[in-house]
Amino acid sequence: MGFTLEGVGLIHANGFRALRGVDLQVAPGERLALIGASGAGKTTLLRVIAASLRPGEGRVRLLDGEPWACSPGNLRRLRARIGLVHQSPPIPPRQRVVTAVLAGRLGQWPLWKSLASLVLPADPQGAQAELARLDLADRLYERCDRLSGGQLQRVALARVLYQKPDLLLADEPVSAMDPALSELTVALLNEEAVRRGVTLVASLHAVDLALRHFPRVVGVKDGAILFDLPAASVTEALLRELYAAEGGLPLAGSVAPDEAPTTPDLPPLRCA
Amino acid sequence: MRRAGISAGALFAVVLVLAAVGASFAYLDMPLGALFSGSAVDEAVSFVKRFFPPDLSPDFLAKVGFATLETLAISLLSTLLAALAGALLALPAAGRHGVAGRVGARFILNLLRSVPELVWATLMVLAAGLGPFAGTLALALHTTGVLGRLFAEALENTPPAPAEALVGGGAPALASFFYGTLPLVASQWLAYGLYRWEMNIRMAAILGFVGAGGLGALLYYSLSLFHEAQASTVILAMLAMAIAVDGASAWLRRAAA
Amino acid sequence: MSASPRDPAALPRLGWTLAALVLLWPLLQLAEFKPAALFEAGNLNAMGHFVAGFLPPETAPDFLALLGKATVETLAMATAGIALAVLLAVPLGLILTRSLSIARLGPGRGGWQGTLIRALARGVLAVLRGVPELVWALLFVRVFGLGAAAGVLALGITYGGMLGKVYGEILESGDARPVRTLLEAGSGRLAALCYGLLPNAARELVSYTVYRWECAVRASVVMGFVGAGGLGQLMDQSMKMLNGGEAASILATFLVLVLAADALSELLRRRLA
Repeated sequence: MGFTLEGVGLIHANGFRALRGVDLQVAPGERLALIGASGAGKTTLLRVIAASLRPGEGRVRLLDGEPWACSPGNLRRLRARIGLVHQSPPIPPRQRVVTAVLAGRLGQWPLWKSLASLVLPADPQGAQAELARLDLADRLYERCDRLSGGQLQRVALARVLYQKPDLLLADEPVSAMDPALSELTVALLNEEAVRRGVTLVASLHAVDLALRHFPRVVGVKDGAILFDLPAASVTEALLRELYAAEGGLPLAGSVAPDEAPTTPDLPPLRCA
Repeated sequence: MRRAGISAGALFAVVLVLAAVGASFAYLDMPLGALFSGSAVDEAVSFVKRFFPPDLSPDFLAKVGFATLETLAISLLSTLLAALAGALLALPAAGRHGVAGRVGARFILNLLRSVPELVWATLMVLAAGLGPFAGTLALALHTTGVLGRLFAEALENTPPAPAEALVGGGAPALASFFYGTLPLVASQWLAYGLYRWEMNIRMAAILGFVGAGGLGALLYYSLSLFHEAQASTVILAMLAMAIAVDGASAWLRRAAA
Repeated sequence: MSASPRDPAALPRLGWTLAALVLLWPLLQLAEFKPAALFEAGNLNAMGHFVAGFLPPETAPDFLALLGKATVETLAMATAGIALAVLLAVPLGLILTRSLSIARLGPGRGGWQGTLIRALARGVLAVLRGVPELVWALLFVRVFGLGAAAGVLALGITYGGMLGKVYGEILESGDARPVRTLLEAGSGRLAALCYGLLPNAARELVSYTVYRWECAVRASVVMGFVGAGGLGQLMDQSMKMLNGGEAASILATFLVLVLAADALSELLRRRLA
């Protein structure tokens, strides 16, 4: 599922201008990374793409229609096809992992099934299959407040994988993970998008991860798009301009850019 | 937090409170002198004497036991009903369905809450006839007001992100509430419900004064018929129930902490 | 892909659900839960007539004067009752406070007398608050006759029991070291209380007392149902005569009174916090 943004601008309720004149065209099956300093507008941009935030200016086209011209019912059905991995996992602490993952399909299930699933999980095998890809299969019936930050982030990821969306969006999906795990998780997202042929847009804080895993990289600065290039064409000078305010490039850390992503001592993630 | 001296404001407040208390006693014209005069004390002593020994005949104990069960049933059922109705009203009262819904729901909750249980009971005796059902309805109505307000406050203090994320993923509003909001407030709602149940057990014991069943009805009859020995048995049953509830809730709180 | 393990919560959930359903039946029977009773012709009629009388509410001057007098009486009853309760609660609460015990300072585990006295005080408080205020009022009306005096005494006794227990808990939960230092330095119990405990606990004590005053206003509203004066007595009369207009006026007064007490108590407690 591709999408088009034309001249999109957005001012938050507190008067802060988050986006200005954003033009972005993404074809079905494309994979692109959003990079930029904190506060550059990456999260807002992703939420606009996810049809959760309505921009004040410009046009959004998702699939073939404009989400904000849809009826509420159609908007809901459209949203059910979009999966957004939030930066801080929006999962109630007392919920069990299985319930948190199954919540990915609330948009597709009839209401009675959603409610019944609260008492007796409707599809524990399905949830476990997604968790297994993230090496969390043994935590299926654990309560979420017993998990570490990185584990919780992976549960949130498993929820979106379980949703099987046509448009996969991720807002700094690895911010609470160590470098090795980040590498594997980003690789997993890409592998999923390629396998199912869906569009993937991820914002990443670590530039090296973005350059290594995504064919197309978009630099966002002060709510506008600074560059939109194939990963190979992103130059040192452009990155320096992008991160001018932060003083130095944010990297994933110990994993050097040319190192293979799967070293033997890593946890047994099933990425391939 | 110690201060060197007492501020003028605090002093003023103390004077105001003392004046209010003095005015209250003066207005009520309490016969404090008469209370402690010889004859009043004699009368009180003879009145108290009539309560002893309590009537412990098996027949009456069975009656008291049944009334105790009835009281428990009234309190539990009314709290359950009130929790359901309170949850339904708390959603609009927390502003989830617009400003009009919020104002309307708050008005209903305040109305339910500010009419005391006993007054509801007199009304419900009219509406449903004498008996425990009237008591159940009366307690449920008042408790709905209290719980609805507490539930709404809990909802307002809950982070909206989990439910918003689910709505953003296309989930229907009701499903988002059950998966994103309810788990966040459930334990607090449960605590409020238990706290109100504790209060309702006490309340259910006296609703019988206006004909709404339970221990209160038994106490009212036995006092009206000047069977003080039976009344003292009922009072002992109330006392035992209150102490048991106190102990149980203290134990639960320790276990949950 | 291995088969997913069985849900460990499934069986307990099934058990609890069944237990709840099995328990619900006797509960409904005991409470004579028959919603149909609400729609029986006789009941509908009685209620319908009564509620129809609500409009317009009674506004005759002499009734309003009566209403005003009863409202003031209700407020006075609550205030006097709480004053009495504080008088009762302070000594009992202090007895409960272990940190004020001098015997516990010395070598050994402290005197058994202290423990006994505390247990006694605890028992007295439990009895005072264990009997509902309305039952106390019912009894006092029989001794002292109809009127607000019975209500004040009943409130004083029940709320004295509640306040005493909570005062003791608040004083206990505070930091005991300042008191201990003072007592070890040879100061008296009263001085240790004033300089060691009260500075930290005062706000909480006052705030809880204000909250109880709010509760006392609600309680004194219904005292009249057993003949102990105030708005309740007026309501009882109107109900017995099925005078909807008067009942409506009294209900409106309840609403205003309870909301005002609510607001005042919240304001006071916020000022203290």
